[in-house]
Amino acid sequence: MKVKIKFFAILRERAGAGEITKEIREGCTVGELWQALKQEYPKLAPVEMRLLYAVNKNYVGADHVLKERDEVVFVPPVSGG
Amino acid sequence: MFRVTRKTIDLQELVAFVTDPAAGAIVTFIGTTRDNNEGRKVIALDYEAYPEMAEKELARLGEEAKKRWNIERMAIVHRIGPVQITEPSVIIAVSAAHRADAFEACRFAIEEIKKSVPIWKKELFKGGELWIGTQSGQPLTRS
Repeated sequence: MKVKIKFFAILRERAGAGEITKEIREGCTVGELWQALKQEYPKLAPVEMRLLYAVNKNYVGADHVLKERDEVVFVPPVSGG
Repeated sequence: MFRVTRKTIDLQELVAFVTDPAAGAIVTFIGTTRDNNEGRKVIALDYEAYPEMAEKELARLGEEAKKRWNIERMAIVHRIGPVQITEPSVIIAVSAAHRADAFEACRFAIEEIKKSVPIWKKELFKGGELWIGTQSGQPLTRS
């Protein structure tokens, strides 16, 4: 199944893309997806900052299981204001 | 009114939005871009948002503030894109029957924005640029 991943800010620059689609296996968690992305995009690997995970515009934990066509965002430390 | 915008934020628009016959106080907060940060000479800030989620989170903050304090109306507008020195990056307006609730809800909103709303600022300074909040590694310098 496929999910949509959007990158913002420092992750967008490191990934070199704002949005990608990725094939994942059934039962894949958002945390596992991040680990897989770090393999695929080596420039993401050195990112050691604390990330939050958002699925379909809601914050979720790393063990959240993804579904077909979910929109996944890895949220670097926010700095609005 | 909870939104992100690429345009200059209009304080009067927010004040008009929260104006309410039941209110005895309106408190506003304006976050502005300053020309220095941690010893760096700042040229401008460049904000990026996950806009749909940012607006949703701003609205959630507004709901939370309504639960905690006796306020009438709240408006938060955050700018994205480049923001020059002295220009507002965020404006919050809150109306309440009494000033204490308006002050506290306004303070709560700006503190929470800095914790949970998916908006990021890149500082453009003399000699480089840096995503604020991610200073675990080396600053990204312009090549």
